[in-house]
Amino acid sequence: MTYQPSALQLQREAAKRRASRRSIFIALSSTLAMGFLITILVTGAQGYEKVKESFFNWEYAQKALPSVFEGLLLNLRVLIIAEFFVLLIGLLIAIARTSTSPVLYPVRLVATIYTDLFRGLPLLLVLLLVGLGIPGLRISWIPNSAVVLGTVALVLTYSAYVAEVIRAGIEGVNPTQRQAARALGLNQAQTLEHVVLPQAFRNVTPPLLNDLVSLQKDSGLISVLGAVDAIRAAGIQTAQSFNFTPYLVAGALFVLLTIPLTRFTDWLTRRQDSKQRAQGQW
Amino acid sequence: MNLFEVKNVRKSFGENLVLDDVSIEFPSQSATVIIGASGSGKSTLMRCMNLLEELHDGQILLEGGDISAYGIDLDTVRGKIGSVFQAFNLFPHLNVMENITLAPRLVHGKSKNEADSLAKGLLERFGLSDKADQYPNLLSGGQQQRVAIIRAVATNPKLLLLDEVTSALDPVLIAEVLTLIAELKRDGMTMVIATHEMGFAKKIADKVVFLHKGRVHESGTPDQIFGAPKSSELKAFLSALHEAGRL
Repeated sequence: MTYQPSALQLQREAAKRRASRRSIFIALSSTLAMGFLITILVTGAQGYEKVKESFFNWEYAQKALPSVFEGLLLNLRVLIIAEFFVLLIGLLIAIARTSTSPVLYPVRLVATIYTDLFRGLPLLLVLLLVGLGIPGLRISWIPNSAVVLGTVALVLTYSAYVAEVIRAGIEGVNPTQRQAARALGLNQAQTLEHVVLPQAFRNVTPPLLNDLVSLQKDSGLISVLGAVDAIRAAGIQTAQSFNFTPYLVAGALFVLLTIPLTRFTDWLTRRQDSKQRAQGQW
Repeated sequence: MNLFEVKNVRKSFGENLVLDDVSIEFPSQSATVIIGASGSGKSTLMRCMNLLEELHDGQILLEGGDISAYGIDLDTVRGKIGSVFQAFNLFPHLNVMENITLAPRLVHGKSKNEADSLAKGLLERFGLSDKADQYPNLLSGGQQQRVAIIRAVATNPKLLLLDEVTSALDPVLIAEVLTLIAELKRDGMTMVIATHEMGFAKKIADKVVFLHKGRVHESGTPDQIFGAPKSSELKAFLSALHEAGRL
């Protein structure tokens, strides 16, 4: 015999449908009201026409796009190289800071001072110190290109953040996991590589990717050193036309650049959540 | 000769003396069961035996050699002693196969093929072949613990330490795990088992050691310990178990 929902259940489902229709209606009307209000507030402002002209000018946007886009390619290059070094250096610092061997005490000390220093220093300051200070030393073998020095400054700052995130991940791995690995005869290094780090990275993937997204947009700050990235390119356009639309174009491109990574982060987080829910005992 | 021996071992945590002059001999191919109330020092003794805890006095001898000597290579020693814990401690990021083959490959220098066929053989023998590709979180507690025991056995240890391996399981799952342990005993594996499963202890043990307040209070064959307990402490422990329906 096939299952027939009881009258009681049918009633319950009908009530549920009514409630959900009502929620949709409320959400729709409140969104409309909000949109209407904002439109009136913005377009009604005294300077609206002027702002529209100097920030949202379609003609200038089209004109600026090619050079701003070219600048963005530089941001992209900087960011790929910086991300690589940030992850590498961050990992090494995190390993150093979580080590317990007395031989590594000086390394631990240096790593601690490093993270304290570079997490405290504003990125802009590091950029200026590295970008203007190092060329001032006039050491012949150090390149004085704004792009290279800007990337170095980004790596210095972000490695400190990423190191702390990875360290949190390492410390979050249950000590019994380490014990089980050692009891099987794995040495310190093998335990770290095969048991601790894989779990540590899993634990901190969301905050790690969050830092990388943040690095993506901060790659635009190298423009203060004169590197012609997207923001600098927009600035040059603006200086010629006295119209600020190119900045908006650069902003839009940055947002477009970070969206894929942000979505990827969300997807990864969701996937891990569903995995962990299936996990009784870790 | 004894395969393994604990000699005059002392261990304290701060003021609290947990192991007080403990000496036990473990003949080759024997199963020794350690019983005692919570806090009697069972788990600490097990952890001292695989050198996860530092001794404060005494010695631990494996095949006559002092493995508790200062400066001994702990990794090499631990490679010879298999340990299984109450909480399974499988590696959650590795599947069953990878859990089992990790130590044979890394510690014992086996090739991937050798390690895989070893693991497959063990899984087949203990009825877990269909779980080879599963991740630990999808297994039942009994399956996880059996995999943990197989993982320890796969390193071909001289000695197997089982620390309350059934305490986190329900009766049906306990039976699965105990069957596996009994089979290993038939293979001639030397085992040290800390457990609350007295029925199992009676069946499998060659020797039973009753630990009380950090001392070996009584030891003997299962018949002696369960049939004719001498000290009042052991009698009290057994009657408490009896009342709890565990005996």
